[in-house]
Amino acid sequence: MFLEVTLALLGGFLSTLKLFALTLVIALPLGLIISFGSMSRIPVIRKPVKFIIWVIRGTPLMLQLILIFFGPGVIFGHQLWGGDAGGRFIAALVAFSINYACYFSEIYRGGIQSVPVGQYEAGKVLGMKNGEIFRKIVLLQVIKRIVPPMSNEIITLVKDTSLARVIAVYEIIWDSQKFIKTDGIIWPLFYTGVYYLVFNGILTLLFNYIEKKLSYFE
Amino acid sequence: MALLEVNNIRKNFGKTKVLSDISFSLEEGEAISIIGSSGSGKTTLLRCLNFLEHPDGGMIRVRDEILFDGDDSRRLSDEEIRKRRLHFGLVFQNFNLFPQYTAIDNVMLAPRLAAKNSGQNRDGEIRKQAEELLVEMGLEDRMNNYPGQLSGGQQQRVAIARALALHPDILCFDEPTSALDPELTGEVLRVIRELAENHTTMIIVTHEMTFARDVADRVIFMDDGVIVEQGDAKQVIDHPREERTKQFLASYQTNG
Repeated sequence: MFLEVTLALLGGFLSTLKLFALTLVIALPLGLIISFGSMSRIPVIRKPVKFIIWVIRGTPLMLQLILIFFGPGVIFGHQLWGGDAGGRFIAALVAFSINYACYFSEIYRGGIQSVPVGQYEAGKVLGMKNGEIFRKIVLLQVIKRIVPPMSNEIITLVKDTSLARVIAVYEIIWDSQKFIKTDGIIWPLFYTGVYYLVFNGILTLLFNYIEKKLSYFE
Repeated sequence: MALLEVNNIRKNFGKTKVLSDISFSLEEGEAISIIGSSGSGKTTLLRCLNFLEHPDGGMIRVRDEILFDGDDSRRLSDEEIRKRRLHFGLVFQNFNLFPQYTAIDNVMLAPRLAAKNSGQNRDGEIRKQAEELLVEMGLEDRMNNYPGQLSGGQQQRVAIARALALHPDILCFDEPTSALDPELTGEVLRVIRELAENHTTMIIVTHEMTFARDVADRVIFMDDGVIVEQGDAKQVIDHPREERTKQFLASYQTNG
Protein backbone atom coordinates (compact mmCIF):
# COMPACT_ATOMS: atom_id res chain seq x y z
CA MET A 1 0.00 0.00 0.00
CA PHE A 2 2.78 2.41 0.97
CA LEU A 3 4.60 1.90 -2.30
CA GLU A 4 1.37 2.26 -4.23
CA VAL A 5 0.57 5.54 -2.50
CA THR A 6 4.13 6.79 -2.96
CA LEU A 7 4.01 6.17 -6.69
CA ALA A 8 0.54 7.64 -7.08
CA LEU A 9 1.52 10.77 -5.21
CA LEU A 10 4.67 11.04 -7.30
CA GLY A 11 2.42 11.42 -10.33
CA GLY A 12 0.53 14.24 -8.61
CA PHE A 13 3.76 15.85 -7.52
CA LEU A 14 5.11 15.86 -11.07
CA SER A 15 2.02 17.83 -12.05
CA THR A 16 2.72 20.19 -9.14
CA LEU A 17 6.30 20.60 -10.35
CA LYS A 18 5.14 21.26 -13.88
CA LEU A 19 2.94 24.11 -12.69
CA PHE A 20 5.76 25.39 -10.46
CA ALA A 21 8.43 25.29 -13.17
CA LEU A 22 6.31 26.81 -15.93
CA THR A 23 5.17 29.59 -13.59
CA LEU A 24 8.81 30.42 -12.87
CA VAL A 25 9.72 30.37 -16.56
CA ILE A 26 7.00 32.94 -17.28
CA ALA A 27 6.99 34.99 -14.08
CA LEU A 28 10.75 35.57 -13.71
CA PRO A 29 11.14 37.55 -16.98
CA LEU A 30 7.61 39.00 -16.83
CA GLY A 31 8.38 40.35 -13.36
CA LEU A 32 11.44 42.16 -14.73
CA ILE A 33 9.32 43.83 -17.41
CA ILE A 34 6.72 44.82 -14.80
CA SER A 35 9.46 46.20 -12.53
CA PHE A 36 10.76 48.42 -15.35
CA GLY A 37 7.16 49.58 -15.85
CA SER A 38 6.77 50.40 -12.17
CA MET A 39 10.02 52.42 -12.26
CA SER A 40 9.16 54.21 -15.51
CA ARG A 41 9.43 57.99 -15.53
CA ILE A 42 6.37 58.11 -17.76
CA PRO A 43 3.25 58.31 -15.57
CA VAL A 44 0.93 56.67 -18.14
CA ILE A 45 3.09 53.57 -17.91
CA ARG A 46 4.02 53.71 -14.24
CA LYS A 47 0.59 54.40 -12.76
CA PRO A 48 -1.38 51.57 -14.40
CA VAL A 49 1.45 49.14 -13.63
CA LYS A 50 1.47 50.21 -9.99
CA PHE A 51 -2.32 49.82 -9.93
CA ILE A 52 -2.13 46.27 -11.29
CA ILE A 53 0.55 45.35 -8.74
CA TRP A 54 -1.65 46.75 -5.99
CA VAL A 55 -4.69 44.73 -7.10
CA ILE A 56 -2.75 41.50 -7.58
CA ARG A 57 -0.90 41.74 -4.29
CA GLY A 58 -3.97 43.00 -2.48
CA THR A 59 -6.30 40.11 -3.29
CA PRO A 60 -6.03 36.39 -2.54
CA LEU A 61 -4.42 34.21 -5.18
CA MET A 62 -7.29 31.75 -4.75
CA LEU A 63 -9.74 34.44 -5.76
CA GLN A 64 -7.60 35.34 -8.79
CA LEU A 65 -7.57 31.69 -9.86
CA ILE A 66 -11.33 31.48 -9.69
CA LEU A 67 -11.79 34.81 -11.43
CA ILE A 68 -9.41 33.99 -14.27
CA PHE A 69 -10.95 30.57 -14.81
CA PHE A 70 -14.63 31.46 -14.47
CA GLY A 71 -14.50 35.18 -15.22
CA PRO A 72 -14.52 35.00 -19.02
CA GLY A 73 -17.48 32.61 -18.96
CA VAL A 74 -19.46 34.83 -16.61
CA ILE A 75 -18.63 38.08 -18.37
CA PHE A 76 -18.60 37.08 -22.06
CA GLY A 77 -20.87 34.12 -21.80
CA HIS A 78 -18.42 31.61 -23.18
CA GLN A 79 -15.69 29.59 -21.55
CA LEU A 80 -12.25 30.80 -22.62
CA TRP A 81 -10.13 27.97 -21.28
CA GLY A 82 -12.17 24.91 -22.12
CA GLY A 83 -13.33 22.70 -19.33
CA ASP A 84 -10.85 19.89 -19.80
CA ALA A 85 -7.75 19.30 -17.67
CA GLY A 86 -5.46 21.05 -20.16
CA GLY A 87 -7.60 24.19 -20.21
CA ARG A 88 -7.80 24.32 -16.43
CA PHE A 89 -4.04 23.92 -16.20
CA ILE A 90 -3.49 26.83 -18.61
CA ALA A 91 -5.88 29.02 -16.60
CA ALA A 92 -4.02 28.15 -13.39
CA LEU A 93 -0.67 28.85 -15.08
CA VAL A 94 -1.88 32.28 -16.21
CA ALA A 95 -3.14 33.16 -12.72
CA PHE A 96 0.04 31.99 -11.01
CA SER A 97 2.31 33.71 -13.53
CA ILE A 98 0.59 37.08 -13.20
CA ASN A 99 0.46 36.84 -9.42
CA TYR A 100 4.08 35.84 -8.99
CA ALA A 101 5.38 38.24 -11.64
CA CYS A 102 3.91 41.07 -9.57
CA TYR A 103 5.62 39.88 -6.42
CA PHE A 104 8.90 39.30 -8.27
CA SER A 105 8.67 42.75 -9.85
CA GLU A 106 8.68 44.39 -6.45
CA ILE A 107 11.71 42.35 -5.41
CA TYR A 108 13.52 43.31 -8.63
CA ARG A 109 12.59 46.95 -8.10
CA GLY A 110 13.96 46.87 -4.57
CA GLY A 111 17.15 45.23 -5.80
CA ILE A 112 17.70 47.63 -8.68
CA GLN A 113 16.95 50.71 -6.59
CA SER A 114 19.27 49.56 -3.82
CA VAL A 115 22.32 49.79 -6.09
CA PRO A 116 23.83 53.19 -5.22
CA VAL A 117 23.65 55.93 -7.87
CA GLY A 118 27.43 56.20 -7.50
CA GLN A 119 27.86 52.83 -9.19
CA TYR A 120 26.09 54.08 -12.33
CA GLU A 121 28.01 57.36 -12.21
CA ALA A 122 31.34 55.59 -11.80
CA GLY A 123 30.53 53.54 -14.89
CA LYS A 124 29.50 56.65 -16.82
CA VAL A 125 32.63 58.66 -16.06
CA LEU A 126 34.65 55.63 -17.19
CA GLY A 127 32.97 55.98 -20.56
CA MET A 128 30.88 52.84 -20.28
CA LYS A 129 27.66 52.46 -22.25
CA ASN A 130 24.35 52.14 -20.41
CA GLY A 131 24.00 48.48 -21.37
CA GLU A 132 27.54 47.78 -20.19
CA ILE A 133 26.86 49.50 -16.89
CA PHE A 134 23.77 47.35 -16.35
CA ARG A 135 25.37 44.06 -17.37
CA LYS A 136 28.89 44.50 -15.99
CA ILE A 137 28.26 46.51 -12.84
CA VAL A 138 24.64 46.58 -11.70
CA LEU A 139 23.27 43.15 -12.55
CA LEU A 140 25.39 41.00 -10.26
CA GLN A 141 24.85 43.41 -7.36
CA VAL A 142 21.10 43.19 -7.95
CA ILE A 143 21.19 39.39 -8.10
CA LYS A 144 23.14 39.23 -4.87
CA ARG A 145 20.61 41.43 -3.12
CA ILE A 146 17.51 39.64 -4.39
CA VAL A 147 18.54 36.04 -3.74
CA PRO A 148 17.17 35.91 -0.16
CA PRO A 149 13.75 37.47 -0.92
CA MET A 150 13.45 35.54 -4.18
CA SER A 151 14.15 32.24 -2.44
CA ASN A 152 11.36 33.07 -0.02
CA GLU A 153 8.87 33.71 -2.83
CA ILE A 154 9.94 30.69 -4.83
CA ILE A 155 9.52 28.38 -1.86
CA THR A 156 6.09 29.89 -1.26
CA LEU A 157 5.23 29.20 -4.89
CA VAL A 158 5.96 25.49 -4.45
CA LYS A 159 3.32 25.34 -1.74
CA ASP A 160 0.90 27.75 -3.40
CA THR A 161 0.53 25.42 -6.37
CA SER A 162 -1.83 23.42 -4.13
CA LEU A 163 -4.35 26.27 -4.55
CA ALA A 164 -4.82 25.20 -8.17
CA ARG A 165 -7.17 22.50 -6.99
CA VAL A 166 -9.92 25.13 -6.51
CA ILE A 167 -10.31 25.03 -10.28
CA ALA A 168 -9.78 21.28 -10.30
CA VAL A 169 -6.19 21.23 -11.54
CA TYR A 170 -4.61 17.90 -10.85
CA GLU A 171 -1.80 18.20 -8.32
CA ILE A 172 -0.46 16.26 -5.36
CA ILE A 173 -2.97 17.20 -2.66
CA TRP A 174 -5.88 16.65 -5.03
CA ASP A 175 -4.29 13.34 -5.84
CA SER A 176 -3.98 12.28 -2.21
CA GLN A 177 -7.63 12.96 -1.52
CA LYS A 178 -8.64 10.22 -3.90
CA PHE A 179 -7.37 7.80 -1.27
CA ILE A 180 -9.77 9.23 1.26
CA LYS A 181 -12.67 8.64 -1.07
CA THR A 182 -11.69 5.25 -2.51
CA ASP A 183 -9.72 3.59 0.31
CA GLY A 184 -10.93 5.52 3.32
CA ILE A 185 -7.39 6.36 4.43
CA ILE A 186 -6.23 9.87 5.29
CA TRP A 187 -2.48 9.39 5.82
CA PRO A 188 -1.64 9.91 2.12
CA LEU A 189 -2.82 13.51 2.58
CA PHE A 190 -0.34 14.04 5.40
CA TYR A 191 2.27 12.19 3.40
CA THR A 192 2.15 14.87 0.67
CA GLY A 193 3.89 17.18 3.16
CA VAL A 194 7.00 15.03 2.81
CA TYR A 195 7.14 15.74 -0.92
CA TYR A 196 6.90 19.49 -0.39
CA LEU A 197 9.43 19.32 2.41
CA VAL A 198 12.00 17.34 0.44
CA PHE A 199 11.65 19.50 -2.63
CA ASN A 200 11.86 22.74 -0.67
CA GLY A 201 14.86 21.31 1.14
CA ILE A 202 16.61 20.86 -2.21
CA LEU A 203 15.65 24.42 -3.22
CA THR A 204 16.95 25.78 0.08
CA LEU A 205 20.29 24.06 -0.47
CA LEU A 206 20.43 25.51 -3.98
CA PHE A 207 19.73 29.05 -2.75
CA ASN A 208 22.25 28.70 0.06
CA TYR A 209 24.80 27.64 -2.53
CA ILE A 210 24.06 30.68 -4.71
CA GLU A 211 24.18 32.98 -1.71
CA LYS A 212 27.52 31.55 -0.70
CA LYS A 213 28.85 31.86 -4.25
CA LEU A 214 28.00 35.57 -4.17
CA SER A 215 29.32 36.23 -0.68
CA TYR A 216 32.80 37.11 -1.94
CA PHE A 217 31.82 40.76 -2.27
CA GLU A 218 29.80 43.19 -0.25
CA MET B 1 45.84 78.03 -25.91
CA ALA B 2 44.75 76.67 -22.55
CA LEU B 3 43.96 72.94 -22.36
CA LEU B 4 40.61 73.59 -20.73
CA GLU B 5 38.49 76.65 -20.99
CA VAL B 6 35.28 77.05 -19.03
CA ASN B 7 33.16 80.05 -19.90
CA ASN B 8 30.14 81.41 -18.04
CA ILE B 9 28.83 78.05 -16.92
CA ARG B 10 25.41 78.35 -15.31
CA LYS B 11 23.38 75.72 -13.51
CA ASN B 12 20.09 75.93 -11.62
CA PHE B 13 18.36 73.24 -9.65
CA GLY B 14 14.76 74.35 -9.98
CA LYS B 15 14.82 77.95 -8.80
CA THR B 16 18.06 77.61 -6.86
CA LYS B 17 21.08 79.04 -8.62
CA VAL B 18 23.88 76.57 -8.04
CA LEU B 19 26.41 77.96 -10.47
CA SER B 20 26.46 81.42 -12.03
CA ASP B 21 28.93 82.56 -14.63
CA ILE B 22 31.75 80.22 -13.77
CA SER B 23 34.79 80.95 -15.93
CA PHE B 24 38.31 79.69 -15.61
CA SER B 25 40.99 78.01 -17.65
CA LEU B 26 43.56 75.34 -17.06
CA GLU B 27 46.92 74.83 -18.73
CA GLU B 28 48.30 71.44 -19.60
CA GLY B 29 50.23 70.01 -16.63
CA GLU B 30 48.65 72.43 -14.21
CA ALA B 31 46.88 71.50 -10.97
CA ILE B 32 44.07 73.70 -9.77
CA SER B 33 42.32 73.46 -6.41
CA ILE B 34 38.76 74.52 -5.81
CA ILE B 35 37.98 75.47 -2.24
CA GLY B 36 34.87 76.82 -0.57
CA SER B 37 32.25 75.83 1.97
CA SER B 38 29.73 73.02 1.46
CA GLY B 39 26.98 74.01 -0.94
CA SER B 40 29.13 76.55 -2.75
CA GLY B 41 28.79 74.62 -6.02
CA LYS B 42 32.23 73.00 -6.22
CA THR B 43 30.94 69.48 -6.68
CA THR B 44 28.27 70.57 -9.17
CA LEU B 45 30.98 72.24 -11.23
CA LEU B 46 32.99 69.00 -11.40
CA ARG B 47 29.82 67.08 -12.24
CA CYS B 48 29.11 69.49 -15.10
CA LEU B 49 32.61 68.97 -16.50
CA ASN B 50 32.05 65.21 -16.36
CA PHE B 51 28.58 65.45 -17.93
CA LEU B 52 26.90 64.03 -14.86
CA GLU B 53 24.96 67.29 -14.78
CA HIS B 54 23.82 69.27 -17.78
CA PRO B 55 24.72 72.97 -17.47
CA ASP B 56 21.98 75.47 -18.31
CA GLY B 57 24.36 77.68 -20.23
CA GLY B 58 27.97 78.53 -20.97
CA MET B 59 30.75 76.79 -22.82
CA ILE B 60 33.29 74.08 -22.09
CA ARG B 61 36.23 73.58 -24.42
CA VAL B 62 39.08 71.07 -24.24
CA ARG B 63 41.95 71.72 -26.70
CA ASP B 64 40.16 72.77 -29.87
CA GLU B 65 37.03 70.74 -29.27
CA ILE B 66 33.95 72.43 -27.86
CA LEU B 67 32.42 69.85 -25.54
CA PHE B 68 29.49 71.89 -24.39
CA ASP B 69 27.91 74.95 -25.88
CA GLY B 70 24.87 76.41 -24.13
CA ASP B 71 23.87 78.27 -27.31
CA ASP B 72 23.57 75.02 -29.21
CA SER B 73 20.09 73.73 -28.45
CA ARG B 74 20.70 70.36 -30.13
CA ARG B 75 20.36 67.58 -27.60
CA LEU B 76 23.50 65.45 -27.37
CA SER B 77 23.04 61.73 -27.85
CA ASP B 78 24.19 59.30 -25.14
CA GLU B 79 27.01 58.28 -27.45
CA GLU B 80 28.25 61.85 -27.95
CA ILE B 81 28.13 62.51 -24.21
CA ARG B 82 30.01 59.28 -23.59
CA LYS B 83 32.81 60.28 -25.96
CA ARG B 84 33.04 63.81 -24.59
CA ARG B 85 33.27 62.83 -20.97
CA LEU B 86 36.32 60.69 -21.74
CA HIS B 87 38.35 63.91 -21.74
CA PHE B 88 37.79 63.95 -17.99
CA GLY B 89 38.39 61.45 -15.23
CA LEU B 90 36.57 61.72 -11.92
CA VAL B 91 37.58 60.41 -8.52
CA PHE B 92 34.59 60.40 -6.20
CA GLN B 93 34.43 61.31 -2.55
CA ASN B 94 33.23 57.81 -1.64
CA PHE B 95 35.36 55.91 -4.19
CA ASN B 96 32.48 54.06 -5.91
CA LEU B 97 34.61 51.03 -6.66
CA PHE B 98 32.75 48.07 -8.15
CA PRO B 99 32.45 45.66 -5.20
CA GLN B 100 32.29 42.46 -7.28
CA TYR B 101 35.65 43.07 -8.94
CA THR B 102 39.15 42.87 -7.51
CA ALA B 103 41.31 45.98 -7.41
CA ILE B 104 43.00 45.14 -10.70
CA ASP B 105 39.72 44.17 -12.37
CA ASN B 106 38.26 47.52 -11.31
CA VAL B 107 41.15 49.21 -13.12
CA MET B 108 40.91 46.98 -16.20
CA LEU B 109 37.12 46.90 -16.70
CA ALA B 110 36.60 50.09 -18.69
CA PRO B 111 39.75 49.82 -20.87
CA ARG B 112 38.83 46.22 -21.68
CA LEU B 113 35.31 47.18 -22.73
CA ALA B 114 36.68 50.04 -24.81
CA ALA B 115 39.13 47.68 -26.54
CA LYS B 116 36.39 45.15 -27.15
CA ASN B 117 34.12 47.81 -28.67
CA SER B 118 36.83 48.82 -31.10
CA GLY B 119 37.47 45.19 -31.99
CA GLN B 120 40.98 45.07 -30.58
CA ASN B 121 42.60 42.53 -28.31
CA ARG B 122 44.87 44.45 -26.00
CA ASP B 123 44.36 42.34 -22.88
CA GLY B 124 48.06 41.88 -22.13
CA GLU B 125 48.78 45.57 -22.55
CA ILE B 126 45.78 46.57 -20.43
CA ARG B 127 46.82 44.24 -17.63
CA LYS B 128 50.39 45.48 -17.70
CA GLN B 129 49.22 49.08 -17.49
CA ALA B 130 46.83 48.28 -14.62
CA GLU B 131 49.63 46.57 -12.70
CA GLU B 132 51.94 49.51 -13.23
CA LEU B 133 49.31 51.97 -12.06
CA LEU B 134 48.56 49.97 -8.93
CA VAL B 135 52.28 49.68 -8.17
CA GLU B 136 52.52 53.44 -8.60
CA MET B 137 49.70 53.76 -6.05
CA GLY B 138 51.63 51.55 -3.63
CA LEU B 139 49.14 48.70 -3.96
CA GLU B 140 51.34 45.97 -5.44
CA ASP B 141 50.27 43.49 -2.75
CA ARG B 142 46.56 44.42 -2.92
CA MET B 143 45.85 43.87 -6.62
CA ASN B 144 43.73 40.79 -6.15
CA ASN B 145 41.79 42.04 -3.13
CA TYR B 146 38.14 42.99 -3.36
CA PRO B 147 37.19 46.54 -2.37
CA GLY B 148 35.53 45.21 0.80
CA GLN B 149 38.90 43.91 1.92
CA LEU B 150 40.64 47.27 1.49
CA SER B 151 40.86 50.30 3.75
CA GLY B 152 39.27 53.55 2.61
CA GLY B 153 42.66 54.97 1.66
CA GLN B 154 43.50 51.89 -0.38
CA GLN B 155 40.10 51.97 -2.09
CA GLN B 156 40.59 55.59 -3.03
CA ARG B 157 44.01 54.81 -4.50
CA VAL B 158 42.45 52.02 -6.58
CA ALA B 159 39.85 54.55 -7.73
CA ILE B 160 42.62 56.94 -8.79
CA ALA B 161 44.35 54.15 -10.74
CA ARG B 162 41.01 53.25 -12.34
CA ALA B 163 40.52 56.85 -13.51
CA LEU B 164 44.12 57.12 -14.79
CA ALA B 165 43.80 53.90 -16.80
CA LEU B 166 41.71 55.75 -19.39
CA HIS B 167 44.32 58.52 -19.80
CA PRO B 168 41.95 61.45 -19.31
CA ASP B 169 43.19 64.88 -20.33
CA ILE B 170 42.06 66.25 -17.00
CA LEU B 171 41.66 64.30 -13.78
CA CYS B 172 39.06 65.66 -11.36
CA PHE B 173 38.95 64.90 -7.66
CA ASP B 174 35.77 65.50 -5.69
CA GLU B 175 36.86 65.87 -2.07
CA PRO B 176 38.97 62.72 -2.34
CA THR B 177 39.80 62.53 1.37
CA SER B 178 36.53 63.71 2.94
CA ALA B 179 35.21 60.18 3.50
CA LEU B 180 38.47 58.98 5.04
CA ASP B 181 39.63 58.68 8.62
CA PRO B 182 42.25 61.34 9.34
CA GLU B 183 45.07 58.80 9.51
CA LEU B 184 44.22 57.59 5.99
CA THR B 185 44.10 60.97 4.26
CA GLY B 186 47.89 61.21 4.13
CA GLU B 187 48.38 58.24 1.84
CA VAL B 188 45.84 59.57 -0.67
CA LEU B 189 47.19 63.11 -0.57
CA ARG B 190 50.70 61.75 -1.11
CA VAL B 191 49.57 59.99 -4.29
CA ILE B 192 47.90 63.15 -5.60
CA ARG B 193 51.01 65.14 -4.74
CA GLU B 194 53.10 62.71 -6.82
CA LEU B 195 50.68 63.11 -9.71
CA ALA B 196 51.09 66.88 -9.47
CA GLU B 197 54.87 66.53 -9.46
CA ASN B 198 54.56 64.49 -12.67
CA HIS B 199 52.48 67.30 -14.15
CA THR B 200 49.16 65.51 -14.35
CA THR B 201 46.51 68.05 -15.27
CA MET B 202 44.13 68.08 -12.33
CA ILE B 203 41.18 69.85 -10.76
CA ILE B 204 40.98 69.08 -7.06
CA VAL B 205 37.99 70.01 -4.94
CA THR B 206 39.26 69.82 -1.40
CA HIS B 207 38.89 70.98 2.18
CA GLU B 208 42.57 70.39 2.88
CA MET B 209 43.87 73.96 2.78
CA THR B 210 47.51 73.20 3.45
CA PHE B 211 47.42 70.57 0.73
CA ALA B 212 45.77 72.96 -1.73
CA ARG B 213 48.41 75.60 -1.05
CA ASP B 214 51.36 73.22 -1.39
CA VAL B 215 50.22 71.05 -4.30
CA ALA B 216 48.05 73.19 -6.53
CA ASP B 217 49.46 75.78 -8.88
CA ARG B 218 46.34 77.85 -8.63
CA VAL B 219 43.36 78.03 -6.30
CA ILE B 220 39.76 78.96 -7.02
CA PHE B 221 37.63 80.06 -4.10
CA MET B 222 33.90 79.57 -4.67
CA ASP B 223 31.05 80.85 -2.61
CA ASP B 224 27.34 80.66 -3.33
CA GLY B 225 27.83 79.43 -6.89
CA VAL B 226 30.26 82.11 -8.00
CA ILE B 227 34.04 82.29 -8.23
CA VAL B 228 34.96 84.91 -5.66
CA GLU B 229 38.69 84.79 -6.13
CA GLN B 230 41.23 82.87 -8.15
CA GLY B 231 44.95 83.08 -8.47
CA ASP B 232 48.28 81.67 -7.42
CA ALA B 233 47.68 79.05 -4.73
CA LYS B 234 50.00 80.49 -2.09
CA GLN B 235 48.81 84.01 -2.71
CA VAL B 236 45.09 83.16 -2.43
CA ILE B 237 45.45 81.05 0.70
CA ASP B 238 48.11 83.09 2.51
CA HIS B 239 47.10 86.56 1.34
CA PRO B 240 43.50 86.53 0.11
CA ARG B 241 42.27 89.78 -1.39
CA GLU B 242 38.53 89.33 -1.04
CA GLU B 243 36.73 89.73 2.27
CA ARG B 244 34.73 86.51 1.81
CA THR B 245 37.86 84.49 1.11
CA LYS B 246 39.43 85.88 4.29
CA GLN B 247 36.36 84.93 6.34
CA PHE B 248 36.29 81.43 4.89
CA LEU B 249 40.01 80.81 5.51
CA ALA B 250 39.77 82.30 9.00
CA SER B 251 36.99 79.85 9.90
CA TYR B 252 39.32 77.08 8.80
CA GLN B 253 42.09 78.23 11.06
CA THR B 254 39.82 78.49 14.10
CA ASN B 255 38.22 75.12 13.40
CA GLY B 256 41.62 73.54 12.96
